[in-house]
Amino acid sequence: MRVMAQMAMVMNLDKCIGCHTCSVTCKQAWTNRSGTEYIWFNNVETRPGLGYPRTYEDQEKWQGGWELNKRGRMKLKAGGRFRKLMTIFSNPKLPSIGEYYEPWTYDYATLTDAPAQEHSPVARPKSLISGKNMKIEWSANWDDDLGGSTANTHRDPMLKKIADKVKFEFEQTFMFYLPRICEHCLNPSCAASCPSGAIYKREEDGIVLVDQDACRGWRMCVSGCPYKKIYFNHRTGKAEKCTFCFPRIEVGLPTVCSETCVGRLRYIGLMLYDADKVLAAASTTDEHGLYEAQRDVFLDPFDPEVIREAEKAGIARDWIDAAQRSPIYALINTFKVALPLHPEYRTMPMVWYIPPLSPVVEVVAETGEDAEDKGNLFAAIDALRIPIEYLAELFTAGDVVPVDAVLKKLAAMRSYMRDINMGREPDASIPAAVGMTEEEMYDMYRLLAIAKYEERYVIPPAHAEQAHSLEELATECAVSEYGGGQNDLFGEGSGAPTPIAVENFQMLQDRQTSDSLAGPDGKKGRVNLLNWDGKGSPSGIFPPKGDDS
Amino acid sequence: MSVFLFVVVPYVCLTVFVAGHLWRCRYDKFGWTTRSSQLYENRLLRIGSPLFHFGMLGVVGGHVIGLLVPQSWTDAVGITEHMYHVAAVGGGLAAGVMTVVGMVILIYRRRTTGPVFSATTVMDKVMYAFLAIVIVLGMWNTIAGSIMTIGGEYNYREGVSVWYRSFLAFQPDAALMANAPLGFQLHALVAFGLFALWPFTRLVHVFSAPVGYLTRPYIVYRSRDDQLGSHSPRRGWDRVG
Repeated sequence: MRVMAQMAMVMNLDKCIGCHTCSVTCKQAWTNRSGTEYIWFNNVETRPGLGYPRTYEDQEKWQGGWELNKRGRMKLKAGGRFRKLMTIFSNPKLPSIGEYYEPWTYDYATLTDAPAQEHSPVARPKSLISGKNMKIEWSANWDDDLGGSTANTHRDPMLKKIADKVKFEFEQTFMFYLPRICEHCLNPSCAASCPSGAIYKREEDGIVLVDQDACRGWRMCVSGCPYKKIYFNHRTGKAEKCTFCFPRIEVGLPTVCSETCVGRLRYIGLMLYDADKVLAAASTTDEHGLYEAQRDVFLDPFDPEVIREAEKAGIARDWIDAAQRSPIYALINTFKVALPLHPEYRTMPMVWYIPPLSPVVEVVAETGEDAEDKGNLFAAIDALRIPIEYLAELFTAGDVVPVDAVLKKLAAMRSYMRDINMGREPDASIPAAVGMTEEEMYDMYRLLAIAKYEERYVIPPAHAEQAHSLEELATECAVSEYGGGQNDLFGEGSGAPTPIAVENFQMLQDRQTSDSLAGPDGKKGRVNLLNWDGKGSPSGIFPPKGDDS
Repeated sequence: MSVFLFVVVPYVCLTVFVAGHLWRCRYDKFGWTTRSSQLYENRLLRIGSPLFHFGMLGVVGGHVIGLLVPQSWTDAVGITEHMYHVAAVGGGLAAGVMTVVGMVILIYRRRTTGPVFSATTVMDKVMYAFLAIVIVLGMWNTIAGSIMTIGGEYNYREGVSVWYRSFLAFQPDAALMANAPLGFQLHALVAFGLFALWPFTRLVHVFSAPVGYLTRPYIVYRSRDDQLGSHSPRRGWDRVG
């Protein structure tokens, strides 16, 4: 057993309203630079839909991820090492900018500079790639909210797989949102595809990063990632990807996308896993077995033997505690309501999803029946094959059994909690119907519905004894001999900006959440030394005399 | 004059080449990339780039054999002058044609595709000019010198190659080069000019050819302590623990 820790995320899709706040805040934080205009570390897709870049899930076309060769061993779908090097001069499977979209801006200046004329001036779109006028034909969310419409959805690769059974008719439409970030896989095919070895998985928290100094711009990672979550910065010539906001994670803060999620649908926590079992699990022959195989890779953080091995592997005690309190572990292994996105890519993704019950609920509600009644919902789950099979294509390689089970648990929770909220006697047979106790059902409800910030994000900070290596920690010399920091040598403007760090983060949080304004004595005890002329002793500067008795 | 052209200039260029790479590696790892433009345009690149690069690999291989292997060695294993000549000209021509065709496609692409052209720096243009001149002169030497024997027959393995090895051994003999045909002289001089430019252009990507990929494990693990985020540790700070 080789215990490793992995920072992971679960998203509850029932709560996603598709507001794109996560995408926008992520972009503001990470990719608002030249060359990264089209790069969305976080994007929200309407499903059924084409995704971003368009039809990225069609691995027959894009050849991302892993597959099993004839002897049942793992190989990169796009070809092995030699093949990669032979095609290095022109990557055959690289999406063009057209598969994403051509980024643009507007020549806003004409709005104010234009001479007096009969018609009001218009700001025309200008391509950020060529600088020329352009016609806007596609963008990151062109098919936003168009789920189920016939214009584009027939090109959805996941829908194609079940299309022979389905005539996609208007009455059968359903729609939900799928926010996506990098999966920070246990078996990342991007890293395996990188000729330079610039993409690495961090030993401590499993975050997958691109070393910008080692990347040489061969672009093989873009093809290798089946989720197309590595992007090529066309100005710097380097690959960039979601960083899981590691500077924030290191100080115990959730990622920007999670922090700003208005639906509070994201959960972050640690998972302990057995690194020795990853390859075997990813090589599971039956694609339907991959979900269970990946769950088997995870270790029970309460198991004394696991704890002993984790300590041997150098995982700190507070990290093990965090793994025990991890909402991710609860959702994946205890309640078993979270599912991986496209396990059939065999990359062992670590951003999991709770599939949405809403397509089912909506259909039931539209018929005028009680959409919170267990019987109605269970019957609908059994009857509504299209949404279920579609969800199965996304989350379980097409196996409807686990999706059925999850949706029934969510449906059961809905009807069970309805009784409680209505002041009726809770019906123990409802949890029992999905193999749960009443207590478990209530716990699951708590975690899914009303969990507080500290329960949704259980992020142990990286250790302060490693402080100097933490990205955001301001313990280094303010005036850098290498020209870092700011220009002013003295005064407020000197030194590098003080970011949130391990020490001051806790201090700031205490100050924000304390009852008094600042300091132990409240406002009256504060002394403004700037106004002190040095004479006498202003009240509050020393503790009151004679109080120690 | 010949000492200046065939001893001083090459050594200056070689010094700039080596020192420039060391400097670039030390201070500009972030800029060390192929600066691929495949995202902008793929149709022409898909043909031109492999043609050019594979042709170039052949050309470089041919130069290594032609310049570094002494004639006495090939004579010793029984390769006659004629056999060598046929193989060298045949191989050189094939690789050269690939390179030239690829280069023409790539330059045409770079000039006519708007996004690619606007991403082209001044340094790129200078580099392209040197590279094109070197390649054209090399082809001229192969076709005009070795096949059509314009200006008399010249066995570069008794002249240029010997000079080149003497240059690498720091015992330069400028006379050998001074007696070579003008085409060879110009080819060598412009090539050394290109070497001097090399570390300051995108050509540095040649030295990051990822041969290590064939042997390394697929997944790279790295400890957080190895890499200090985006900046290296300041002098005077030792890591604890």
